[in-house]
Amino acid sequence: MESLTFRHSTTKPAAGTKPMAIIGVVASGNLEVLLERVLPPDSCEIAIETAIGGYGDVWEAVVADFVARAQPGGLRISINDGGARPDTVSLRLAQGARLMEASA
Amino acid sequence: MTDWRSEKTARDARIAAGRAHAQGKVVQATSVVDLLEAVLKPGDRVCLEGDNQKQADCLARGLAACDPSKIHDLHMVQSGIVLPEHLDVFETGVAKRLDYSYSGPQGGRIAKMLYGGQIELGAVHTYLELFARYFVDLTPNVALIAGVSADRDGNLYTGPNTEDTPTVVEATAFKNGVVIAQVNEIVEKVPRVDIPGDRIDFVIEADKPFYVEPLFTRDPAAMTETQILIAMMAIKGIYAEYGVRRLNHGIGFGTAAIELLLPTYAEKLGLKGQIATHWALNPHPTLIPAIESGWVKQVHCFGSEVGMDRYIRERSDVFFTGADGSLRSNRAFCQTAGLYACDMFIGATLQIDLAGHSSTVTQNRVAGFGGAPNMGSDPHGRRHPSAAWMKAGHEAEIVGDRALMRGRKLVVQLVETFGDKLVPTFVEKLDALELAKKSGLELAPVMIYGDDVTHIVTEEGIANLLLCRNADEREQAIRGVAGYTEVGRGRDRAMVQALRERGVIRRPEDLGIEPLDADRSLLAAKSIKDLVHWSGGLYEPPARFRNW
Repeated sequence: MESLTFRHSTTKPAAGTKPMAIIGVVASGNLEVLLERVLPPDSCEIAIETAIGGYGDVWEAVVADFVARAQPGGLRISINDGGARPDTVSLRLAQGARLMEASA
Repeated sequence: MTDWRSEKTARDARIAAGRAHAQGKVVQATSVVDLLEAVLKPGDRVCLEGDNQKQADCLARGLAACDPSKIHDLHMVQSGIVLPEHLDVFETGVAKRLDYSYSGPQGGRIAKMLYGGQIELGAVHTYLELFARYFVDLTPNVALIAGVSADRDGNLYTGPNTEDTPTVVEATAFKNGVVIAQVNEIVEKVPRVDIPGDRIDFVIEADKPFYVEPLFTRDPAAMTETQILIAMMAIKGIYAEYGVRRLNHGIGFGTAAIELLLPTYAEKLGLKGQIATHWALNPHPTLIPAIESGWVKQVHCFGSEVGMDRYIRERSDVFFTGADGSLRSNRAFCQTAGLYACDMFIGATLQIDLAGHSSTVTQNRVAGFGGAPNMGSDPHGRRHPSAAWMKAGHEAEIVGDRALMRGRKLVVQLVETFGDKLVPTFVEKLDALELAKKSGLELAPVMIYGDDVTHIVTEEGIANLLLCRNADEREQAIRGVAGYTEVGRGRDRAMVQALRERGVIRRPEDLGIEPLDADRSLLAAKSIKDLVHWSGGLYEPPARFRNW
């Protein structure tokens, strides 16, 4: 297991008002993403627990691209990873951000 | 005096020696080893029919059991190294030299034996290339082949998996060679004559039916959203863009996903009848929904696929069938069709380098090529135009007289940026180069050369290599769709952006595709059971794919 945490500042808050969402499953090659609207609107935090070590730089790149695209201000995102590939991670993050766009 | 008939005399002697173990042409399964030891000579060139799917397994077991003090140093010339016995003969010393095409399931062991020097390797060929050499400098002295049934005169019914048999027999029987066939049963009258009896010297009723590998079945239940996204991009960005009607699909989940999106996603785009109508293809079960929805006009097959026989019989408007009703496949003809009469090859690979060269060889596995390099190459002998071929040609060459420009075959690599266990698909250097060095090969086993590849599709987008004007652009176009691999992260962002503005790189959003719409609900069939339903119960999947 490896734990990674990335903090970013954002230019705008995440759309919507939904307080929490969860997507995906913890399974081999997949991952579970929990999104919570609990931080100040100009910051976000992504905490990752991954089954496979040594991919810190890939995670950093995936997370940076997601933050730049989705501007998830105010969200704390927790990831439980079962060895998902980066494209699956990107997809689940985008799916999670879309779920949070709903109103509470 | 020159003896111009020495080969014929030698052949007659081999047949006479073999007859001691036969009644007419018929040999008992228990006498296989005796027959082979009587007919074969040390150093012979032997084709032990190992096709992509069908295996002459009874004869393979017999050859592996031959006494190496009697039969040794054989030169094996066969397209597929599939069964353990195909390599056992090199361990016992029965065989020494090998020329082949494909080694899927034995890829790991063949790599070990090559490194260990147990096999003297001629070359890894494409199918057509090996077949061609059967008629020039690799003509078999003895061919050991497989069929479904034969009569006592040797008339042979190959069944739906005709595959390589006519080519192997043609080269052997008409050049003083001996042809030995194993069949599942000896009958009074065969359902149809695929090989006339005067080309078959001995017939063996095998102890059990020959083995067929179900190679082309992909379970829709295992398809991922990423594969669906890639399929959507390919359909919209390539099939529709070029109006590709005549094509070949390689094996894999990516192409299977495309097949399952034809009656759903592509139908919504209004593409029915405009794309994917004529095929050189094995009978993929995942094509059933498209066939049933009226998308597919015609399919010619290299071989068959386990469980598809009954369905094919009932769809003879689509497939090539014999007077008996069953499929007639033929690998040599279908490869030729894929090379010359198709406008596109689309398939997967394991590694792509910065020049676009691709290879399925990795450090520990030598999978061989099969047919991909034939269909995945631009045939310079082609002379007939088509809209897709001309458009691709014009993209590649922008100056000069249009009437003198040749078209281009579309050769598309469909890959996810990472493979199993997070192994990157994009690499700086192919493992094939290391293999060539370690095993002393003059030529690295490259499956498709970069200059033949026209498009690379990944979950990040499509790179159109036809529009690249120099090696730098090509490298950045490849890096620009290589995702989070090291190759992808090493991109020149400004140059990739410029390529995107020129349409050399197209992202899902450039094609009007929302990645979050890539959903399993788009698949026309979501399971093997759904495919059975689509076929009206005619498709009979093998046991390992039945999970209900």
